[in-house]
Amino acid sequence: MSGLATATERFDVVIEIGGLPIRIRVDDPAFLRLLQERYAGFVTSSRQARFEFEIELAPPGLISQNEDVRVRRESGRWCLDRGDFHAEWDASSARGRIRQTANPYSIDAVLRIVHTLLLAQEGGFLLHAASAVRNGRAFLFTGVSGAGKTTIASLAPKDAVLLTDEISYVRMREGGYSAFGTPFTGELAKLGENINAPIAALYLLAKGPKNRIEPLSNAEAGRALLSNILFFAEDAELVPLVFQAACEFVGRVPAYRLTFVPDARVWEMIA
Amino acid sequence: MNSKRYVARSSEIAARRMGDEMMIMSGRDSTLFTLNAVATVIWEAADGSTALDEIVERRICTEFEVERSVALRDAEALAEELAGHGILLLSEEPFPPAGRESK
Repeated sequence: MSGLATATERFDVVIEIGGLPIRIRVDDPAFLRLLQERYAGFVTSSRQARFEFEIELAPPGLISQNEDVRVRRESGRWCLDRGDFHAEWDASSARGRIRQTANPYSIDAVLRIVHTLLLAQEGGFLLHAASAVRNGRAFLFTGVSGAGKTTIASLAPKDAVLLTDEISYVRMREGGYSAFGTPFTGELAKLGENINAPIAALYLLAKGPKNRIEPLSNAEAGRALLSNILFFAEDAELVPLVFQAACEFVGRVPAYRLTFVPDARVWEMIA
Repeated sequence: MNSKRYVARSSEIAARRMGDEMMIMSGRDSTLFTLNAVATVIWEAADGSTALDEIVERRICTEFEVERSVALRDAEALAEELAGHGILLLSEEPFPPAGRESK
């Protein structure tokens, strides 16, 4: 066949986070392997995918002039920019393209953003929070950086299954809220388990001299939640949906302030 | 000189009352605002056709122990601040009905 033009061979992997399968196509088998390893546990063998992205790998260097994440809608397409990637996504055709260098952090950021956009339309959200499942129920631990998300995740007992130490995935399902495991890691650098469970409680973390749990008012819980929801889009249509989702959530899920001494005994209070 | 000022809620926001507080999120930049009880009264009364001084007199001075002049000064400062963030509209004329909550 030499001398004949051939189409570039494409490889793909379907990454399913939060029950939403997204197909990623690449033309570099080494990068495909990297994705398969990075998202091990979230790669599905199913050929079905609701959304599809094609990655164009660029040589090292700046891809976009925007150092910070910028997400905006232009002529019906979402444009996602950060210094290390530029992505465009047509939500109506469910297809998009990503131009990035061959590092996993860029696609990771794009996936987070895409999931925030998808979730916003169905009453869910991504939250800066550790989360774990115990006795079939999920518990979310949110707070500012340094509040103890990584600490509480690292102290989790053996019967608790970690969903994430950094970014929790919240979906509304069957009239309630469920938390899903994510591959989005924090300091623990440990992928969450790809399972889900109904959310039993939201805890606002603070380290203190003794373990204590106090109920939060809806206003306190709403402020805490809205301060920690991940949402990047400058979009007058979706921002109110995220806001409403947070308000609905605090109206249905009990929220507490969890002040804790950083040792394993704190988990005796969580079941 | 007409010193009356009228206030109207922007439509580019999402808002919900939680207890005594009003939580408002700007649709423009996702900034979150929490209004206290007094500011919530002003926010809820900002219908575009009621002047700010009337809101102060009818609502603030009757519901809170505060002098009218102090309340009006604070209300004007609050209205200007909220207008600066684009979540409240401020005008020296009443807003036409079609223009309310749509700018």
